[in-house]
Amino acid sequence: MTLTEALGVLAPLVPEGMVCIHANGFIGRAGCAARDRDECFYMIGSMGLASSIGLGIALAQPARRVLVLDGDGNVLMNLGTLATIAARAPENLLHVCFDNGVHASTGGQPTVSDRVRLDEVARAAGYRSVVRVEDAGALADAAPRFLATRGPAFLLVRVVLAPAEGPAPRVPHTPEAMTERLRRALGATR
Amino acid sequence: MRRGRPVAASLADSPAIRFVDRLVDGGFDFFVGVPCSLVKAVLAELERRRLYFGETREDAALGVAAGAYLAGRRPVVIMQNSGLGVSLNALGSLHLLYRLPCLLVVTWRGDEGRDAPEHLVMGEVLPRVLEVFGIPLRALDGRALDADVAWAAEEMGRTRRPVALLVRPGLFE
Repeated sequence: MTLTEALGVLAPLVPEGMVCIHANGFIGRAGCAARDRDECFYMIGSMGLASSIGLGIALAQPARRVLVLDGDGNVLMNLGTLATIAARAPENLLHVCFDNGVHASTGGQPTVSDRVRLDEVARAAGYRSVVRVEDAGALADAAPRFLATRGPAFLLVRVVLAPAEGPAPRVPHTPEAMTERLRRALGATR
Repeated sequence: MRRGRPVAASLADSPAIRFVDRLVDGGFDFFVGVPCSLVKAVLAELERRRLYFGETREDAALGVAAGAYLAGRRPVVIMQNSGLGVSLNALGSLHLLYRLPCLLVVTWRGDEGRDAPEHLVMGEVLPRVLEVFGIPLRALDGRALDADVAWAAEEMGRTRRPVALLVRPGLFE
């Protein structure tokens, strides 16, 4: 299963109104191509911080469900976030990690996620639930329950690189426009 | 028996409590950071009011603050100036790029070259680093906390950029 295939399964199942914070690199680009809504926010820099941004939204608006779409390189860059999220335990925060074992957008340099299982790290940190899926069928089975579950919940989706596919196009929105539309969707007035 | 001034009055006089009062009065309502001894009393007061939580790194705290702002809060990130180095990529490619303001309360270890060696380099360049990033700054004045906090809030609203208030040794100790 490639990242595009995984998002093809997951994105249509995301409920209306759920905030989606995408990590930088190919994840935001693929996420935007799969399903773009005002509640979607795509990081183009600040690697590692998608989960922190999602945590801030989840804590500030406990009634709003928040989904973080992360990658193995991003999670490894901000590993402390797993501890903070588990300790704060926001029930409205869901965390997906697309794990391809490499830094895809910089040339495919390997990460260590083949030896250090990030789902096990999340479990040890204390996420309320942790699931790992390795193929599209398992993702299709797990996704509806995951999207409805009480957080903090972690879903590791093992994906493979698809060099022939090439990355999705760049996100068309300016950073400032993404800020404005998400704040409007969240009722932020100041 | 305790003698002299009542405890409540002496506590209310503390600059740390006055600073927290001014921040809350100024509409700041989300506090996250990584501790420094120079703001120990400020953090203790925020914790007492259950307004603050600690992050593992300063850039993660900035990420959380960015999320809080997106969700309509007015965030404050508290850090030691050593953590400003950790924060620069978040400031550059998240807050400044996406126009996500927050108030940075940054301690000034190494101010005037009097500190442990690990603080001297950042202590010397701190204002210049903020200036290079285009982040407006003021060193907090204990006699003008009201004006300093009001300035920061106004600057954030007007520029939609992070704004920094620097805390020199001794201010809250």
